[in-house]
Amino acid sequence: MCLCLGRIAAIIATVAVLSFVLVSYSPIDPVDAYMGTRILTISPEHREQIARSWGLDQPAPQRLATWASNLARGDFGRSIIFNEPVMDVIAKRFAASLWLMAAAWTMSGVIGFGLGVLAGMYPGSPLDRGIRVYALTLASTPTFWIGLLLLVVFAVGLGWAPICCAAPPGVPMDEANLLQRLHHLALPALTLSIIGVAQIAMHTREKMIEIRHSEYALFARAMGESDWGFVRHHALRGVALPAITLQFASLGELFGGSILAEQVFSYPGLGQATVEAGLRGDVPLLLGIVIFSTAFVCVGNLAADVLYWIVDPRMRITEAL
Amino acid sequence: MSGCILLFTGLVFAAQIMDTGGLATNLGLRHMPPSLGHLFGTDWLGRDMLTRTILGLYEGLKLGVLAALCSGCISLILGSVAGFHGGRVDQFISGLINVVMATPHLVLLILISFVLGGGTRGVILAVALSHWPQLARIIRAEVKQLKNATYVLLSARLGHSKLWIIRRHLLPHLVPQCMIGVMLLAPHAILHAAGLTFLGFGVSPHAPSIGMLLAESMRHISTGYWWLAVIPGASLVLMVLAFDTLGSTARALLNPKTRQE
Repeated sequence: MCLCLGRIAAIIATVAVLSFVLVSYSPIDPVDAYMGTRILTISPEHREQIARSWGLDQPAPQRLATWASNLARGDFGRSIIFNEPVMDVIAKRFAASLWLMAAAWTMSGVIGFGLGVLAGMYPGSPLDRGIRVYALTLASTPTFWIGLLLLVVFAVGLGWAPICCAAPPGVPMDEANLLQRLHHLALPALTLSIIGVAQIAMHTREKMIEIRHSEYALFARAMGESDWGFVRHHALRGVALPAITLQFASLGELFGGSILAEQVFSYPGLGQATVEAGLRGDVPLLLGIVIFSTAFVCVGNLAADVLYWIVDPRMRITEAL
Repeated sequence: MSGCILLFTGLVFAAQIMDTGGLATNLGLRHMPPSLGHLFGTDWLGRDMLTRTILGLYEGLKLGVLAALCSGCISLILGSVAGFHGGRVDQFISGLINVVMATPHLVLLILISFVLGGGTRGVILAVALSHWPQLARIIRAEVKQLKNATYVLLSARLGHSKLWIIRRHLLPHLVPQCMIGVMLLAPHAILHAAGLTFLGFGVSPHAPSIGMLLAESMRHISTGYWWLAVIPGASLVLMVLAFDTLGSTARALLNPKTRQE
């Protein structure tokens, strides 16, 4: 366990240093990026003053050292475009994204697992073929296009769902009631789950077929287990483990997908903040998000390991030996 | 399989001989739904969407294949160096693989294209620099296994130099595998490049690209011009799907275990 945490800390530290080095070699001047076209209206002295107040007059290694020591104390700096501490921006935006990601993650996990079990129970049947074609097509489909399609059909065509944002116009997000929030959440979450279903369904299907060919399946059949009885009493546990691991390991994809989905639906989450930070040159926020998202993925992987250890008794036996 | 190849030759050919007159602004033809004259409809400046879609697909294909090739080279070099040397070098490269894999793809793409200041070059490099770890891992494992294979050890005992062994024994194994890896990578590369352009990074607004078309269509979606979003996106899906089929077929053909089937 300690080993795991140590490795995660090492990975995050490396990501932090590497991305800082990358950004410091960027040809984009932070002052230019911050001022935009207003750069023409300020004098060179004024410009130098801004650079100095950001510590840009110091050499890069020294900047890295200052930044790292601040990081170690939990100070990620100040976001330029939001004019707030980076950590506050991330916390606020992540709270909105978390709703979206949690909904999509659960939905895609349950539906994908169900479809995978169904397809694996009747391999070669029209049902199986349908699920496979669906999963293969979805693997080649860009997330943002699914979002656009849903917008065209459900928001514009049928008028069932709002076209953007996380709350009705004029209502701040934290004052919207639960129903309004869910209403605005539905389409982005659906977008993410439609994409997320593909991988887990295919994986579960393969495991299911594998298990159906095992000796204990043959034995259970010989004992008179029916199709569904076998799935309920024997197969589900075996298939669930790899599915859970896969679902936790897909947090990176989920995070990436939420960036695209939030952009399509103008959902004010962390993904939208990432895009804005990148486009408008908000280096502290961008670095903060890179580190935060890496930590998010690592924690997901760690959770999968821990869960495996709890659910699968074999893991504990090998460790005890 | 042959259908896929036909599709690609058709696309490349169409992009070459395309009449670019459809790209001219024609305000009399704004927002025309799909019709016989304009199969994919026209956009807010009266430009023909079929022309724009084909050019966008072609550019996306070039970009994706180029990025996948770069990525393949990176994974071939890093993977074989790690597998062949072992020890510290291997530890360092494996660490790098873990680090790149721990950051969400899209975040990494945004970071790299920000650092490179956007543009087509930024998109290609960003995709190339973020897609190599998986293939590198496969190649590393392969090299490790090959290095200790009996015939390689024997060949070394017979006095052949390292270079000779790499050229005669290792490369013939690795190159086909790497090629398939690149073919399977390219669809992802195309999709991620389109996503990055959609978000506003990279390719300039005037260059044709599907990501740009779809980003533009967002502004007109609430007014009911559905064809601007639906058709270019569907063409992109079709192209990526065709490429993916091509890659999977090639993998099945080159693998002696599945070739007989």
